[in-house]
Amino acid sequence: MENENKNKSGNGNWSPRIVAFFCNWCTYTAADLAGVSRMKYAPNTRIIRLMCSGRVDPQFILEALARGADGVLIGGCHPGDCHYVEGNYKCLRRFRMLKRMLVDMGIEDKRVRLEWISAAEGEKVKRVVNEMVAEIQELGPLGIPKKFEEWDKEIEDLKHEIENKEKEEVAKQ
Amino acid sequence: MPTTPIKNEPVKIGYYICHCGTNIASVIDVDAVAKYISKLPNVVVSRNYKYMCSDPGQKLIEDDIAKYQLNRIVVAACSPLLHETTFRNATRKGGLNPFYFQMVNVREHNAWVHSDREQATRKAIELSRAAVERVSLHKPLEIRKLPINPNVLIVGGGIAGIHAALVLANAGKHVYLVEREPTIGGHMAKFDKTFPTLDCAACVLTPKMAAVGKHPNITLWTYSDVVKVDGYVGNYKVTVRRRPRYVIEELCTGCLECIDACIYKEPKFSDEFNLGLGKRKPVYIPFAQAIPSIATIDANTCIELKTGKCKKTCVDACGDRKAIDFKQKEELKEITVGAVIITTGFKTFDARRILYYGYGVYPNVITSLEAERLLNAAGPTSGEFLTRDGRKPKQIAIIHCVGSRDENTNKWCSRVCCLYSLKLAHLIHERTEAEVFNFYIDMRTPGKSMEEFYNRVAEEGVNFVRGRVADIYPDPSDGSTGHLVVQAEDTLLGKILKVPVDMVVLSVGLEPDPASENIRKMFNLSCGSEGWFLERHPKLAPVSSFNEGIFIAGCCQGPKDIPDTVAQAGAAAAEAFSIIDLGNIEIEPNTAYIIESECSGCKSCIPLCPYSAISFDTEKHKSVINEALCKGCGTCVAACPSGSIVQNLFEDEEIISEINGLLEPIEVK
Repeated sequence: MENENKNKSGNGNWSPRIVAFFCNWCTYTAADLAGVSRMKYAPNTRIIRLMCSGRVDPQFILEALARGADGVLIGGCHPGDCHYVEGNYKCLRRFRMLKRMLVDMGIEDKRVRLEWISAAEGEKVKRVVNEMVAEIQELGPLGIPKKFEEWDKEIEDLKHEIENKEKEEVAKQ
Repeated sequence: MPTTPIKNEPVKIGYYICHCGTNIASVIDVDAVAKYISKLPNVVVSRNYKYMCSDPGQKLIEDDIAKYQLNRIVVAACSPLLHETTFRNATRKGGLNPFYFQMVNVREHNAWVHSDREQATRKAIELSRAAVERVSLHKPLEIRKLPINPNVLIVGGGIAGIHAALVLANAGKHVYLVEREPTIGGHMAKFDKTFPTLDCAACVLTPKMAAVGKHPNITLWTYSDVVKVDGYVGNYKVTVRRRPRYVIEELCTGCLECIDACIYKEPKFSDEFNLGLGKRKPVYIPFAQAIPSIATIDANTCIELKTGKCKKTCVDACGDRKAIDFKQKEELKEITVGAVIITTGFKTFDARRILYYGYGVYPNVITSLEAERLLNAAGPTSGEFLTRDGRKPKQIAIIHCVGSRDENTNKWCSRVCCLYSLKLAHLIHERTEAEVFNFYIDMRTPGKSMEEFYNRVAEEGVNFVRGRVADIYPDPSDGSTGHLVVQAEDTLLGKILKVPVDMVVLSVGLEPDPASENIRKMFNLSCGSEGWFLERHPKLAPVSSFNEGIFIAGCCQGPKDIPDTVAQAGAAAAEAFSIIDLGNIEIEPNTAYIIESECSGCKSCIPLCPYSAISFDTEKHKSVINEALCKGCGTCVAACPSGSIVQNLFEDEEIISEINGLLEPIEVK
């Protein structure tokens, strides 16, 4: 409840959009449990169900950010508890690597988060989502689609400039 | 494997959002969602309905498929973990492949966790749009059927394991019952009487133990541990280690003459079954009615096994039976079973953790389990309840909630302690005529005949003091006599009480057994933060785990009394039966396959598969996935650098379309 309405404050009417990839066995079930227990949390996440956090292709995270997500949350089983033995470790490895790249690209650390949430931890889903929403609210929109548009425009402008110069030179000759 | 080619027909989607009574509709504007979705490309029908899971709700889908030639269905309702199968079946009944269906969770993940109507409605629209985009890409798939091995493994031979084994064995199924101790019986075998009926634990338990021992359908392996688990539902390959007991089970007749003949004339070593209150010899049987009724030789205390220099009088006593074998080695047994029931039980709280109760310091502070052994006629004192120095106690305190309902130790209520404390109060009062004080926080006696039992014990003259005991210390007035003072605030009188007693019984709570953590890992069970094994659904699947074909029963799932444990064990046996009796099991077709033409043969996927389902075809120089071994985690799919691995139901394009559907901007009025 506490965080539910906060996301409207500051930054005008903007509130973060977070894409979440939850594994079927632990974190998705934990989110179900949070529901059954009627815990209230911020309405900013959109959960995509995968069988295992090991299925989270780094490309999914990039796609989500590129298409307008302000953050990405990945939820998997605790180390040692993976339904598929060690998919969560593989997820962790890929996550660490991607994270380094993202930070180098100027995407803030807190926008992409990996959490181990067991099927019994509905409370943790609530806490993590609320924390993440508050943190990203603080950071403001990521707005990659808009940046893409700007870059596209810059390139377009450059193209025109070059074309015009070429035309001028042709005219001079 | 790649599925049947997709016909080039236009996608026609039917979308349904469920009100779930008022569960969803009170938070989400279902009309607005249905209206928005109706305008999306390819959506032919978009409806909202009171209960989609009801018969008329499902009929609605079937009829619409016929009427509008729909070829994709999306239902926004509760969690797919609850009703995905229901709607897949409705889709199939309407004449479509059941996997032309996608479910949207707008209850557990939306209506139940949000209260802002506008935000929740927006979320429902985005989630639904993602599903609509995704479902267009769905392919027809076939449910796989795998044969099932009809045998069942039960891990843990307490009352839960015993009961489940008998139910299945009586139904004609073969059961392997594995127990780490030399005998089955578990905690229940240690109890004297059971509440609220006060029938003796041994009288009800030992006939069942004996039935297990001689049942032709039960293979009983005591003194054994599960060491390795492979495979999947219907086909679990389990390795069991049988520790050497240095007695050949098949040859031992249970005469126990070897115990009498042991070079140690008197029992000398701490007796585990009696919690160290009694003594045993190196060759021993835990208790008279142990099953199997076979002696065990303890390698840590037997002179022959330690030094090889014993006269071996036991071997002489055994004579022609030749049952004693000092060269016995541990044995690894490999079995295949279709289903598994885990009944590994609990451990009692270690009372040493609460320092001010003085357990382990003052000899006359004992635990409730020790009290059971002292009261038991077959116990170390033959049922005489005496202080450590052999006095008959005149005043006794029983302290409830030791290691339960306590922020500093365990927060949960152990459910059985109030009742067994009442039982102990009754038994101690009856045997010793001592004055008994029960210190409790709240008296919790739910269940059939339990409150009546409380009233009965109260009428017998047991004193009840409502208050947590703050301290136990030696009586300063009488030096070394071993008397103790129990100090507590009587919260009903608002007075500090100091009660002099001869003995204190600590009613220790139930805890997850750290020794079964290993079992939990091997069978890949989930657990809560306390460590109790987690059931698939607290109400609707209370004995199922998250793994198909693995069930849990008894106190490994949480504290419970004997009737509830037996009820769960019966339920787990029935659930296991319903799987193995069918002969085959349906498997979700979410396996991965390799598009041969795109595989570069880099082999990065091969070491990633935890099930060794991927091999390398050296002739074609391509990786190959064995569908029978693939469990559908998708780890290899995420790793493939050329994108040549596809996971059915979770194809890259499907997930990316879902991401896209979530994030496209929307204009909602």
